[in-house]
Amino acid sequence: MADNMESIYIAIVLSPLVASIIAGLFGKAIGRSGAHWVTIIGVGISSILSLIAYKHIIFDGGDIFNGAVYQWLISGGISLEVGFLVDRLTVTMMVVVSFVSWMIHIYTIGYMHDDPGYQRFFSYISLFTFSMLMLVMSNNFMQLFFGWEAVGLVSYLLIGFWYKRESAIFANLKAFLVNRVGDFGFILGIAAILMAFNTLDYWEVFNRAPVQGDVTISLFQGYEWSLMTVICISLFIGAMGKSAQFPLHVWLPDSMEGPTPISALIHAATMVTAGIFMVARMSPLFELSETALNFILIIGAITAFFMGLLGLVQNDIKRVIAYSTLSQLGYMTVALGASAYAAAIFHLVTHAFFKALLFLAAGAVIIVLHHEQDIRKMGGLYKYMPITWLTCLIGALALIGFPGFSGFFSKDAIIEAVHLSTLPAADFAYYAVMTGVVITALYTFRLFFLVFHGKERMDKETWSHLHEAPAVIWVPLSVLAVPSFIIGFFLVGPMLFSEYFADAIYVAPAHNVLAEMGQEYHGIFGFIHHAFKQPPVYLAFVGLFLAWLFYIRLPDLPKKIAGLLQPLYFVLVKKYGMDEFNQIVFAGGVRRIGNFLWDIGDVKFIDGLFVNGSALSVQWFSGVVRKLQSGYLYHYAFAMIFALLLLIFFFVHN
Amino acid sequence: MAQISNMMLLLPEIILLGFACLILVVDTFSTDPDHRITYVLSQLALVITISLVFYLHTGATALAFGDVFISDPMSSALKAMIALYGLVLFLYSFEYLTKQGWVKGEYFVLGLFAILGTMVLVSAYSMITVYLGLELLSLSLYAMVAMNRDSASASEAAMKYFVLGALASGMLLYGISILYGITGTFQLNELNQQILQHSEQTGLLVFAMVFIIVGIAFKLGAVPFHMWVPDVYQGAPTAVTMFVGSIPKIAAFAMAMRLLVNGLEPLMTNWQTILIILAVLSMGIGNITAIAQSNIKRLLAYSTIAHIGFLLLGIIAGSQQGYAASMFYVITYALMSMGAFGVVILLSRKDFESDLLEDLKGLSDRNPWFAFIMLILMFSLAGVPPFVGFWAKWFVLKELVASGFIWVAAAAVFFAIIGAFYYLRIIKLMYFDKADETPALEATAQMQVVLSLNGIALLIIGLSPGLLMALCLSSLL
Amino acid sequence: MLENYFPILVFLSIGTAIGVVLIGLGLVLGRLLGHARPDSEKQSPYECGFEAFEDARMKFDVRYYLVAILFIIFDLEIAFLFPWAVVLDEIGMAGFWAMMIFLGVLVVGFIYEWRKGALEWE
Repeated sequence: MADNMESIYIAIVLSPLVASIIAGLFGKAIGRSGAHWVTIIGVGISSILSLIAYKHIIFDGGDIFNGAVYQWLISGGISLEVGFLVDRLTVTMMVVVSFVSWMIHIYTIGYMHDDPGYQRFFSYISLFTFSMLMLVMSNNFMQLFFGWEAVGLVSYLLIGFWYKRESAIFANLKAFLVNRVGDFGFILGIAAILMAFNTLDYWEVFNRAPVQGDVTISLFQGYEWSLMTVICISLFIGAMGKSAQFPLHVWLPDSMEGPTPISALIHAATMVTAGIFMVARMSPLFELSETALNFILIIGAITAFFMGLLGLVQNDIKRVIAYSTLSQLGYMTVALGASAYAAAIFHLVTHAFFKALLFLAAGAVIIVLHHEQDIRKMGGLYKYMPITWLTCLIGALALIGFPGFSGFFSKDAIIEAVHLSTLPAADFAYYAVMTGVVITALYTFRLFFLVFHGKERMDKETWSHLHEAPAVIWVPLSVLAVPSFIIGFFLVGPMLFSEYFADAIYVAPAHNVLAEMGQEYHGIFGFIHHAFKQPPVYLAFVGLFLAWLFYIRLPDLPKKIAGLLQPLYFVLVKKYGMDEFNQIVFAGGVRRIGNFLWDIGDVKFIDGLFVNGSALSVQWFSGVVRKLQSGYLYHYAFAMIFALLLLIFFFVHN
Repeated sequence: MAQISNMMLLLPEIILLGFACLILVVDTFSTDPDHRITYVLSQLALVITISLVFYLHTGATALAFGDVFISDPMSSALKAMIALYGLVLFLYSFEYLTKQGWVKGEYFVLGLFAILGTMVLVSAYSMITVYLGLELLSLSLYAMVAMNRDSASASEAAMKYFVLGALASGMLLYGISILYGITGTFQLNELNQQILQHSEQTGLLVFAMVFIIVGIAFKLGAVPFHMWVPDVYQGAPTAVTMFVGSIPKIAAFAMAMRLLVNGLEPLMTNWQTILIILAVLSMGIGNITAIAQSNIKRLLAYSTIAHIGFLLLGIIAGSQQGYAASMFYVITYALMSMGAFGVVILLSRKDFESDLLEDLKGLSDRNPWFAFIMLILMFSLAGVPPFVGFWAKWFVLKELVASGFIWVAAAAVFFAIIGAFYYLRIIKLMYFDKADETPALEATAQMQVVLSLNGIALLIIGLSPGLLMALCLSSLL
Repeated sequence: MLENYFPILVFLSIGTAIGVVLIGLGLVLGRLLGHARPDSEKQSPYECGFEAFEDARMKFDVRYYLVAILFIIFDLEIAFLFPWAVVLDEIGMAGFWAMMIFLGVLVVGFIYEWRKGALEWE
């Protein structure tokens, strides 16, 4: 069986790649339908095989696979290879990634129907799936980095998909640059691992990591740092870039320039979860450094709270969801910091489904309204788009953590875990995520009410064409709606409180908050019952009520509040000035440094001294040689004899 | 008394001599203004020579003619190359002479004699034979340079070449006579033995060696014995320039191998140092001065000087692999040089030499294919991978570093980078500038085919340099 | 001892006598029989067609060079032939044929210069 499984794993990774290559290179030959068929089949194979792998590992208790399938090169005793580590954590991610990707592929047929870059688009998203699977299934840091960068590359390509739009180019450049910052930290972390362990294989590193727990290194003269802290924080900086954590989150809202399905793909299921997955995967390392865990908690809490606030003032339907994603990623990060890795992955899974659902629903709305994205120009759509309305409602309820919906279980688990955590930063994080619940509910239902209820504010032309979204769009919506609703029921018990992840995730006994929660866990209904004794549920209701009050009952109220809290509102609209700050300090500063280097270094020094200077000296020199080359025979003969004499003078001795 | 034995080994030379004499007579009786019969017979002579070289090639080393003549793998390989290049040269030359309207039978006869001289030089195993071959080659070349009597510049070039060449031969002869005085032998292998026994006279031996090196350096055109090169290259008719720029370089390489390596090997540390000076000066002055040139032939003259510097590096390395690298270099360099002059000939018309850089402007519009061939040639000369010129430089530098001359190698790389400039400028002229006038190219089909093959050969050898390098290595081991 | 040189003294005496008689006779007869009409050409010393006393860097017909060079080639050929002839019986057939080849090459050159008209003055 093990041999079979190896070929299955290879097939899972390769089929999207092959599909992508076919669609990308032979797009013209196979045509539009050929492109979507080949990629959908490719990713479909991945999905089905992932399910088989899932069944094999989780239900049949099959062996964990860890091995190299291809050796790339050996350098200095370090073997770089392509290998898979397929354990319980991996298969979970594989299923989520391939399944959500598959849905998005199908949905894209409808959404991109008229786009001239149809084949290119399918090629990109298949490549994205491949990259993500490589990242998830890797058994070594090298391949992890490959997947990490490949995902970054495809996301760059996708955000800039409409490459004729200036804003899209700006956005993809921004995403690329901000991710480079994170990747720099990431590769420093990998380098530190290579330095400390002399191997890049996960298991070898994990096995030997505890020995390195107390080792310190001196980064600067006289300052001793714990090696594990340096490694973990470096790696987490990578995760901050990819998972859009404060302050490296700025690229994500701008990445909405890409076509909607990508937004969904990038945000919901794949790219942004790479960081979360990576930290969970590296749990044996992170558990060794409390400093790093505190750092993660603080970053996560800041992201969860402050990014949620921004969602309140956005008017672009996709941006609201984008900020919501940022906030939810903050929740996952907080869970990681609290050592509740399973809770983070659990929220990742549930979030993948309901956020994809929300994005696709937003896409459906946008397409029906002829690419109108401003929620102030929507309203009352529930009459025209009942399926979209219903599925979107399910997604929204899941997002705010309405009892019984999938998000409820995962979010509640996170809040509880933070509550129980004994780390110094846990208190701050606890209050941040608690307040975040109200905000989440508020912005989610602000969006929902503005889009589907209230006055119909769209223009007449659009209004006359309102209809339900086509089947290729609403079918994936419905398919995603089901797990968004119910998946929590099935997963909460096994994933959080049993040995679901087994050895895949390591938690130090001192940090094991989930085990503590598990002692009080008595089934799903016990969980729900317990939740009603805790504030988060009520806070969600408060948020929901406020949204109803502001946007259905008293639609004029928000404007008045905004007027009252003018400075706060301004700060939020400006997104805390992060963009301006980056633009002026980093972009401007770098540009100034660049100008300086260009002016002094390049123009004066390199061009002036080296290039023109050497050209001048060459010119001068060849002028001299030309003079010597006089054309007179006796000069030539003289030169020969003179040279002969010099040679004799210098070389003949005794 | 000297024994006349193993005459069979001289068969290619004897047959070539016979043909040259025969062709000389036949030419005087021919009334054809195109001298086609002379041309065809000359080519036939070369074909037969090549066949004989192959036929006699055994891979063994044997002496002949009173031990003044050697037949070894290196001589066979070089002779085959020389005769093959002679075929190509004659083809280009015939095209050129026909275009210019002054085909002369003497050109081919002298060419054959020059090739004969080269072959004698390649097989020389006595200093006298070296001198004999050298003079046969040089005298033929002097006459060839002066061949276009109506051209003042050609006459001037021939005059300079002749006087300076005589001076250099005199120096060489002086060195030979001192060596003979010390050791009492002309034989290279005996010379080698005798030097070891006369180590107390190293000063005098080095004194003689300096004279011999001057003779070799003159023939190669290494700085500071290069002064004749630019004037002769520019002044001579292009066909002759091409001749001067290719086969004699192989001869000079062989001469250096015979005299310095076979004969004066015990003085290696001495001649290495001198050659390093010559090589670095050649690469420096050749590459830098070439930048300032506006005449292609003069530019290629300085380029030759620079390449000679590179060629010397392999000999400086002082190992079998180094010599093989130099051999690879000279063989491929001659091919590149012929191709470059071939393009100049291709572009020339009656009474128009087309030897200014400006004449190459917009060649890609006029004829994309030959612009591409020229591109290959220039890239190859500049040493851009994967063309063969890169490998030639690479092998030489590798052996140089292996022998520990790292700074010399660094200087070589530095000058090679400077040198890349003027080759790339030619490419820029061809591809990015507009032509002032665009007359159609006049070229026969065979010229076009051979020139194309010439360029493609550089690409093919560049893609699999191992074969030729293996040949060079097996010639020397 | 000196008597050994007596025949020489006789030779000298008779020679001087005959010389005096003949020159005297010639002068007398010439004066008597011939007529004297001297001019500057007749009175200048003869030297191969050149002026006896003049600038060495004079111009003369370039065709002399060609003839001179051709002359040197065949002159040297003769210089080779003498020693060759002396030792011919020692160097055997190889030596004989070597000279024949040498002469053959010279003949080729000779044919060439002939055909090219180098031997014709006008």
